[in-house]
Amino acid sequence: MSWLTEFVRPKIRTLFARREVPDNLWHQCPACQQMIFATDLAANLKVCPHCGHHMRAGAVERLGWTFDPDSFTRIELPKVAADPLRFRDQKRYVDRLKEAREKTHLEDAVAVAHGTIGGRRAVVVAMEFAFMGGSMGAAVGEAIVAAARLAVLQEAPLIVFTASGGARMQEGALSLMQMPKTVLAVRLVKQAGLPFLTVLTDPTTGGVTASFAMLGDVQIAEPGALIGFAGARVIEQTVHEKLPEGFQRAEYLAAHGIIDMVVKRTELRETLVRILGLLQPGEIPAAA
Amino acid sequence: MCGKAGPAMRQFLDFEKPVAELESKIEELRHMTEPGGINIAEEVGRLTEKAERQLRATYARLTPWQKVQVARHPDRPRAGAFIAALITDFTPLAGDRAFADDTALLGGMGRFQGRPVMVLGTERGSDTESRVRHNFGMARPEGYRKARRLIELAGRFALPVLSFVDTPGAFPGIDAEARGQAEAIARAIEACLSAPVPVVATIIGEGGSGGAIALAAGDRVLMLEHAVYSVISPEGCASILWRDAAAAPAAAEALRLTADDLHRLHLVDQVIGEPLGGAQRDPEATFRAVGEAIGAALDPLLGLDPATLLARRAEKFLEMGRAV
Ligand SMILES: [Zn+2]
Repeated sequence: MSWLTEFVRPKIRTLFARREVPDNLWHQCPACQQMIFATDLAANLKVCPHCGHHMRAGAVERLGWTFDPDSFTRIELPKVAADPLRFRDQKRYVDRLKEAREKTHLEDAVAVAHGTIGGRRAVVVAMEFAFMGGSMGAAVGEAIVAAARLAVLQEAPLIVFTASGGARMQEGALSLMQMPKTVLAVRLVKQAGLPFLTVLTDPTTGGVTASFAMLGDVQIAEPGALIGFAGARVIEQTVHEKLPEGFQRAEYLAAHGIIDMVVKRTELRETLVRILGLLQPGEIPAAA
Repeated sequence: MCGKAGPAMRQFLDFEKPVAELESKIEELRHMTEPGGINIAEEVGRLTEKAERQLRATYARLTPWQKVQVARHPDRPRAGAFIAALITDFTPLAGDRAFADDTALLGGMGRFQGRPVMVLGTERGSDTESRVRHNFGMARPEGYRKARRLIELAGRFALPVLSFVDTPGAFPGIDAEARGQAEAIARAIEACLSAPVPVVATIIGEGGSGGAIALAAGDRVLMLEHAVYSVISPEGCASILWRDAAAAPAAAEALRLTADDLHRLHLVDQVIGEPLGGAQRDPEATFRAVGEAIGAALDPLLGLDPATLLARRAEKFLEMGRAV
């Protein structure tokens, strides 16, 4: 750590600790507690410049980080049956949906776009954890099918950035059926001879992990990302054992042969460009 | 949750108490050896009728939470019992060829109504010893990998695949995660959807989430009347959304996990009626009903060429949740 981070930043923090600092000017790293200037954080793709902690990212900023500048267009998500169960717990599902839409400016927990990456055409799906925990209901399932069909149509690879707590309970067994649905979507892409790449980000668990997320031709994860099937608490309650250090983290999965590599967010784009170039060497880059 | 009483130490659920009381009274009367036997016979007849009426009334309006109890009933016939009753020449096959044989997941070849088939089932066990041996029906990655291997084998030799699903879910364990539980489930689903042979799944008890769909992405999905099928257990859902596991009955209601609900939502193809008072009261009749239903579901699929079969199976799952 430099003199600047050790001394100057904490001092700034105390100086402006009260109301003078607008909330959005400084961010505190949840891992190392250091303050980070907002523009620095944005320039570093929401990775803490002090400790390297990868903060959670939104679906739309993912798209921006991944595609060539100004090359991508988002597609409209297919319409799905709204609240087929008329689900309500302490809140109505329709109200939860409304809140999530207002908060994220997204229709559901996913954004889909097509454009170019390193000059090559690609379709990208990015999940939004801030939308009801990135949970997968019919809308996410349909979005992934739509993305797969678009990839086949454009003869382009499909890349999915996952971020999900699993299936959307408020859609009951219908959300469970999105697992076979998204597996079919992956099948479409693979049968067309196109690459399907997954980038697993924090967190990716439950029904999303146990369907399309684990079917990548190449599986990449961001450092420290929590990735697994069952939740840590459920496991602890079942086996009455202390979970091992780093359990279900990206590095743990890499060590157990479940993913190909752990790649820093700042190196993700160049990694994707390289992999796509290797898998489709004969492809002529699309015109800009 | 269960009390033992009545004939042959039948186990009763809490809400079956009135029936249990009547049946134990009947049993008492039957053992009376006093003179005046005719009156006793009359009384037994009267009480038997009353017990049946009570049972019928109780089972006609089971709440979703009560259905969950019936689906988990300790006496309910398990996958192994269905296989024993419906499959001849059963030849168990074992192992994932990589790590282990998972005893929570039964698999093997045999004959169904004389025709060679591949059979899969999640087995919960029927007493303490067998429950532990079968890990309470919770499979590990090697179980789903065995399933995938057997489905692929079935495809090569044109054997239809029949699965019997009864599981609380995939095993949530450290070892299971370390060996790629999620990947194993995803590949099993993929194997179901890629099999160039008919796949008929029957939810016979509890269809618990990913561990169930791993064996149930079939052409036809059948479900016993009192079975349940859900994305999460009512207890799990209650503790997350209500922050209180005691809200499980409300969660069971909200999740729409009964056979009728799933049929109405077009997520299962057929509901198979159960004997009065649930499958546990007459396993033989249950096996017969399930056998007939599987036969009827399988029959029209046998004539289809693999391409048509695969396309229809895909279309069926792609349609689920689409706006109408
Ligand atoms: Zn930090």
